[in-house]
Amino acid sequence: MESLGNIIMYFVIALAIIVFSVLTVTSRKILRSATYLLFVLFATAALYFQLDYAFLGAVQIAVYAGGIVVLFVFSILLTQKPGEDAKPLDSHHRWLGLLAAVAGIAVCAVALFSYTQFCGQQLPDMADPDIAQIGHFLLSTDKFGYLLPFEAVSVLLLACIIGGVVIARRR
Amino acid sequence: MNLTLLMYLIPSLIMFGCGVYGFLTRKNMIAIMISLELMLNSIDINFVVFNRYLFHGQMEGMFFTLFAIAIAAAETALALAIIINVFRIAKDVDINKINKLKF
Repeated sequence: MESLGNIIMYFVIALAIIVFSVLTVTSRKILRSATYLLFVLFATAALYFQLDYAFLGAVQIAVYAGGIVVLFVFSILLTQKPGEDAKPLDSHHRWLGLLAAVAGIAVCAVALFSYTQFCGQQLPDMADPDIAQIGHFLLSTDKFGYLLPFEAVSVLLLACIIGGVVIARRR
Repeated sequence: MNLTLLMYLIPSLIMFGCGVYGFLTRKNMIAIMISLELMLNSIDINFVVFNRYLFHGQMEGMFFTLFAIAIAAAETALALAIIINVFRIAKDVDINKINKLKF
């Protein structure tokens, strides 16, 4: 049995995620759509905090809300003329997109609800994984160590920095 | 009332559906990237929720989400660099007007 505060918190987060996701893809002004994306990312971070992954929530806020959204806002302001809205979609495209989205959701929902004994699982108790433990796993070469992906990601980030500089540079 | 696994998967599913809708219907390249971020984010939620409910005590889902966030950040930065470069050449980010490479 969960505490009442936890349940209320869950409903606030779930409602925020659903409402702001819909607003993100339907809003006509693109800067507003980026702002709604920021709210969705914050709600996701709150979800991670609620599920006892404090480090993951912090990373989500720092990288997504602090980095990616700022990048989006900068590139929107660089490429968009002020006061210019997206043109309304022709109904043909909108219906096709809506059909694809609803069909995908329906298939996944049927799959989810057919595993009820699996999906009705209660929240098990778990201690919040502390930073020392995370750092140990991230840099160990043992069975559950993640040193190789860690190094691969660092090389990927370096390649991405160089690629970004080369692509965006003025010739 | 209990918070079950299903209750966390439903918002993530709706978020993914919104991402698919935006990806297929938007015409602005940056709006398409925003929809892509929605989809990536819903996948991250799925990893974390499955790890928390079914494999608590292990940290595989958490590390997958950590690496997914890092790779998504790298991918977004590179894609936005490409979009800005395209804007510099074609003066537009509308995918209907950028068709020089189309057969």
